[in-house]
Amino acid sequence: MSATASLATVPLTAARRPTRRNLTPILLTAPLILYMLVFYALPVAAMLLRSVDSPHWSLDNYRQLAQDPVFFQVFWITLRTALIVTAGTLLLGYPVALALAHLRRGPAALVLVLVLLPFWTSVLVRSYAWMVLLGRHGLINEALAAAGLIDTPIKLLNTSLAVQLAMIHILLPYMILPIASVLRQIDPALSRAAAGLGAAPLGVFRQIVLPLSMPGVAAGVLLVFVLSLGFYITPMLVGGPRDMLLSMLIAQQVDLINWPYAACLSATLLGATLAMLAAFQRLPGVRNVLRSATR
Amino acid sequence: MSVRRIGNVVVVGAVLLFLALPILVIVVLSFSSASYLTFPPPAFGVRWYREYLGSNEWLAATGLSLSVAASVVVLATTLGTLAALGLARLPPLLRTVAAALILSPLIVPVIVVAIGVYYAYSRYGLVGTPVGLVLAHTCLAVPFVVTSVGASLAGFDRRLEQAALSLGATPWGTFRQVTLPLIRPGVLTGALFAFITSFDELVVALFLSGSGAVTLPRRMWDDLRFAIDPTIAAVSTLTIVLTASLLLVVHLTRQRGERLRASSG
Repeated sequence: MSATASLATVPLTAARRPTRRNLTPILLTAPLILYMLVFYALPVAAMLLRSVDSPHWSLDNYRQLAQDPVFFQVFWITLRTALIVTAGTLLLGYPVALALAHLRRGPAALVLVLVLLPFWTSVLVRSYAWMVLLGRHGLINEALAAAGLIDTPIKLLNTSLAVQLAMIHILLPYMILPIASVLRQIDPALSRAAAGLGAAPLGVFRQIVLPLSMPGVAAGVLLVFVLSLGFYITPMLVGGPRDMLLSMLIAQQVDLINWPYAACLSATLLGATLAMLAAFQRLPGVRNVLRSATR
Repeated sequence: MSVRRIGNVVVVGAVLLFLALPILVIVVLSFSSASYLTFPPPAFGVRWYREYLGSNEWLAATGLSLSVAASVVVLATTLGTLAALGLARLPPLLRTVAAALILSPLIVPVIVVAIGVYYAYSRYGLVGTPVGLVLAHTCLAVPFVVTSVGASLAGFDRRLEQAALSLGATPWGTFRQVTLPLIRPGVLTGALFAFITSFDELVVALFLSGSGAVTLPRRMWDDLRFAIDPTIAAVSTLTIVLTASLLLVVHLTRQRGERLRASSG
């Protein structure tokens, strides 16, 4: 009797447990999902809808955008800035990533602090720092004058160069950290073996280290490029009137209460960002680097 | 070989200088005695710190930023920790969709988020109120909580919970006495990142703060656009010090978390 009773309860509890287990994770996740939908996703979606619903449902606003020379000019400057900043961070960041991966614990920790401190200093403060450095009486002009290289201050602030320099400075850690995390995982025995077989140091780097670090490079390039596309604070503060980026045009259109146009531009910016993300995630290894970078 | 080494050190040193110099300049400038933006300063003093501490506007902005950030920490850490616990146990497809939504603020350009929330919040009278800022900043801060709690769950042995439950602990008791202590470093890290995210946030604040809820970055922005004086350098230095000390706490809790995990497994 007791045996049949226990037999009878076994399938019951077994049937009940999985449903309970399946429900708890949903109940735990639901509050945040609801919150994000109400206060973030739906607002953004409602704003983006304005690009197709006014004056009536159509793609006319996008058709207009495709014929708008201002848009193409701004889009081109945004793209050019993002490309220059990506190239600059890669060029400056790779050696630092190598150092981070190969230095002993102590010095590596010092380098990491020097990389992370600016990383977590606000974009506003760092843009302000570049205003101070590049101003008419800023550090660079004063230093050049003191060295006798210039007589009158040169215009550095409010130029494209200022935007590029400041953005490279701000985005450099996003390039360094993923590359360093990949470099650290490369088995040093590979380099030793290559060197033992007669490869020159530069050959070891070109044929072993560089190819194996490509997933990190791709992740860094993706992060820097995508973040550059949406930069707002820095170009507003250190850029000139001719350096209008997409984000600045969007903000300007919101100020003019031109929601359909602002929404069109936002959808374009978002689309470009997601397209980059989709393209890069197909590259081998990039997904893993990004996943470990978000930890 | 040694020439190459020296070359490497010079290149890396130059880049590190490039990274550190702007921040150093701000700190030095904040102790300047000059009333205009000049470098190097003619003499040193704490004049701009006094200016900051004597200004009701600056102090009010600081107070608002601190209280908004504190509210964001409570909201984002609670929602984010629960969601991270749930996400780890969701079926794969559902988890992918939920994670995509939760982590998307890391990818979506902030300007798009900013005008989106401005568009919607203005209909409900949330522009120019601290509540609007807290609601929006929480969305930006949540990804950091979910990822850092998620990371601490990755090395988490589920059998510990099962053991507690089988020994008669209630689900809540199990959470409080087993789960929470083990993920606490991740929760704390997430909370600190949430604080910094809100405290430093400007783009959303530019649209949402209006004239009624001026945060510290917003106040600095207004100052920078119209009149530049070294008070901003003093304020910047204070925020750098605050951020750096919070990051130090993050670092220490991570180390403690690693020790805890090492001793538990």
